[in-house]
Amino acid sequence: MSADTLIALALLVPALGAGLIALTGWNANVREGVTLVSAMSLFAVVLSLLCRVLDGQMPATGGFEVVQGLTLAFAVEPLGMLFACIASGLWIVNSVYSIGYMRGNKEPRQTPFYVCFAIAIASTIGIAFAANLFTLFLFYEILTLSTYPLVTHKADDDAKAGGRVYLLILLGTSMVLLLPAIIATAVIAGTLDFTFGGILAGKTSDTVIAILLAMYVFGIGKAALMPLHWWLPAAMVAPTPVSALLHAVAVVKAGVFTVLKVIVYIFGVEALSNAGNATWLVWVAGFTVIVASLVALRQDNLKRRLAYSTVSQLSYVILAAAILTPISIVGAAMHIAAHAVSKITLFFAAGSIYTAAHLTEISQLNGIGRRMPWTMVAFAIGALSMIGVPPTAGFLGKWFMLTGAMDTGQWLPIVVIIASTLLNAGYFLPIVVQAFFKAPGKDVQEHAKGEAPFPIVLALTATAIGTIGLFLYPAIPMALSKMLAGI
Amino acid sequence: MIAANLPALQVVVPLLGAVICAFLRRGAVAWAITLVVCLVMPAIASTLLAQVLTSGPISYALGGWRPPIGIEYRVDVLSAFILLLVSVIAAIMLPYAKRSIEQEIPADKHTWYYAIFLLCLCGLLGMAISGDAFNIFVFMEVSSLATYALISMGKDRRALLAAYQYLVMGTIGATFYVIGVGFLYSMTGTLNLADMASRLAGIENSRPVLAALAFLTVGISLKLALFPLHVWLPNAYAFAPSVATAFLAATATKVAVYLLLRYFFTVFGASVIFAHLPTTEVFLLLSVAAMFGASIVAVFQENVKRMLAYSSVAQIGYITLGIAIANQAGLTGGIVHLFNHALMKGALFLAIGAVVYQTGVVKISDMAGLGKRMPLMMGAFLVGGLSLIGVPGTVGFISKWYLVYGALEQDWWWLAILIVASSLISVVYIGRVVEVVWFRQASGPVKRATDPPASMLLPTLLLAAMTVYFGIDTSATAGVAGLAADWLLAGIR
Repeated sequence: MSADTLIALALLVPALGAGLIALTGWNANVREGVTLVSAMSLFAVVLSLLCRVLDGQMPATGGFEVVQGLTLAFAVEPLGMLFACIASGLWIVNSVYSIGYMRGNKEPRQTPFYVCFAIAIASTIGIAFAANLFTLFLFYEILTLSTYPLVTHKADDDAKAGGRVYLLILLGTSMVLLLPAIIATAVIAGTLDFTFGGILAGKTSDTVIAILLAMYVFGIGKAALMPLHWWLPAAMVAPTPVSALLHAVAVVKAGVFTVLKVIVYIFGVEALSNAGNATWLVWVAGFTVIVASLVALRQDNLKRRLAYSTVSQLSYVILAAAILTPISIVGAAMHIAAHAVSKITLFFAAGSIYTAAHLTEISQLNGIGRRMPWTMVAFAIGALSMIGVPPTAGFLGKWFMLTGAMDTGQWLPIVVIIASTLLNAGYFLPIVVQAFFKAPGKDVQEHAKGEAPFPIVLALTATAIGTIGLFLYPAIPMALSKMLAGI
Repeated sequence: MIAANLPALQVVVPLLGAVICAFLRRGAVAWAITLVVCLVMPAIASTLLAQVLTSGPISYALGGWRPPIGIEYRVDVLSAFILLLVSVIAAIMLPYAKRSIEQEIPADKHTWYYAIFLLCLCGLLGMAISGDAFNIFVFMEVSSLATYALISMGKDRRALLAAYQYLVMGTIGATFYVIGVGFLYSMTGTLNLADMASRLAGIENSRPVLAALAFLTVGISLKLALFPLHVWLPNAYAFAPSVATAFLAATATKVAVYLLLRYFFTVFGASVIFAHLPTTEVFLLLSVAAMFGASIVAVFQENVKRMLAYSSVAQIGYITLGIAIANQAGLTGGIVHLFNHALMKGALFLAIGAVVYQTGVVKISDMAGLGKRMPLMMGAFLVGGLSLIGVPGTVGFISKWYLVYGALEQDWWWLAILIVASSLISVVYIGRVVEVVWFRQASGPVKRATDPPASMLLPTLLLAAMTVYFGIDTSATAGVAGLAADWLLAGIR
């Protein structure tokens, strides 16, 4: 098949899937069958694109000019390929999990749930394969809008309030900061195409570059850089599969992905590094890493703790990118992949506990490891990966970040990474210890009757294995990350 | 024969249709005649546009009297664009009108409604096609008087007051316009716009000419509802019959904007307007005030039609902002927004009209649960709303892109930020409706509501679909608007 067709398929499969899901809503089995088939076909399409990218090709489509200088076009470059692999692969697992979770909790409105989910995946693929900033922005906004009904799924007052924050922050930042930054880029550079080495390099003054960089990193609200992070905890009202979508599969990943893309392909790593006006970004990202970890330490609600952990982990990626050396870019890309599989495992575990035992607070979890061994072992693996302990995927990203920071002699990122590793251990290990080594408390004795439904356990086991697998066999993501960094 | 007389037919056909309708008794027959007229109009307008695009402006001497003595009908890219806009909207909305009118207006007035509607259409098209300052005034009065009558036909008795309010304001506007024309006539001795433009050379800065400019600007600004001259608009739109509101919101103010462009750029000339006078500052200030002020007021409206009306005032601010930016991108943004806003506001008002038709509800808080009951209409509302917000993939984004691009080309960073920030307010007022419509349980008349019959459904969905389509393929809209902007800026007369 030609590259055009494959890319079109990658976009159309989830979009058509959404349509079919809507049509088959009357029968839950058929509907969920369609979801799984779409997810697997998408993964197959993405894998066949992957083969080409690994061969050194760059599959691309022709463009459709919307207005002059504004083209709708797709091109598959290494980072987008990595992101598409993560999103499409995790969609399969997440669908399996959703089936268990949505049925297990007897959630209402399941058809709209699966429809919006598929649309969100389609827009994620659009973001991953966008050949220019306009196309990326288009799908970025569709992703925000299609996930809004998912965040507000419960449709009660809490959900409405959470949804408001979610929509206003994400739409607000993208419209007020990101869009003007994109238009300014178009005015200055005359193009919006992602080009290795950057399109702004040498076109304007260092001051303008610094302003634009700030508009981009804060405008991309999905990257949850402080102080624009609070939509993420607010969105915790959503059902767990949605949290997994937000935190691992699509939304926040789209955020850091876009930041990384803008730094590599719009500003250019070398150009930014030479201009020397990105140091503040190291500080802001470092601040976010540490403060979010400190906040996470104080949360008793499991999902909220995980949410703040995400805020902190996302800023690792931005921090790595802001170090501005090729090796740290590799670290950033690897960390996107590592965080995806580990964080989805943690959320799956949290949802599993909620489904099986209806427990949400960490203080209630004493001794739950004995009742739900699969869930809690998977949780432990995810937690170790968050801390960055080998043999889990989280180690890889941190390793390259540290290497990059040491190569360039930047002490601040090193301090941040070490301190936050300690903090991560501080808020994750107690949960694991408590679950396995403390005597079952009252809550666990009353509620935890055993493991969650089979699809849930299957999904979280798969992602836990993936977390270790990524450490043992990192060849493909490494190859893509190195292509991205140009080494 | 017919081809050569198309410019006259564009105006004469609706006029004749109006006369015929006035003699009829049965509303359905009047509707059918109006429908025929409304279907012919876009055909004429698109033929004219095609002719203009291939072989340049058309000059048509009415009654065979050569300009500047006789009345000239002049079709150029911009006026053809406006003609097409007005006639396409009329054609799309007319099938919808039948049922909506049957419900909202007593049966004995149906023929009158269609007769007056056609007069209004005739006036609007005449304003856009005429190249004669006084003839434009005549058509302005035709369309205005027809509009007052249309508004007063609203079911709610407050419609009368709204119509009266608009009558007073509209008459002031028309008077100012005619005073301005009088000054110009006394200085140049001609009423033909092209002739006037050439005779103004050298006396642009004389006091009577500047006074004329001031009168014209204020008069036309009243008609186009430029903030703070917009006070007639919210009530008029809120209480007029639903389909009349949709038509007026989509077209009437747009033609007034066209007049402003015409006088600013082709009669006085951009150099006079922008170089020596503080026009840019005044229009920037008023436009930004409209974008923010009216949007914020819209957030606090209980009546959904009033909310959309205030939103219209804000959107007109974007259009006049394009005029104030006055470079190629900014002007293109302003002109294309004429069309884009017509599409989205048309879809929004038609969707609300269908809600009124099915449930009689106009308060936002009463619309609870409509998302489930009328999914297609609320879907169209959502698309229109997203376009107001300026989400990429809708026409609203295209307008905003050009406006921000134009602002940045002038190095007005602050303006770029203001443009995008103001569109965020629309997230709030559209979001408010969305939350009520989709997150609350239905009660009262909403419980039994369904999507309306096909004659109302299809026009609404068509406008919503166009809102998305022209957000991706803009060659027809932004393309023509860009040509019009080039032409205005080049000062070709």
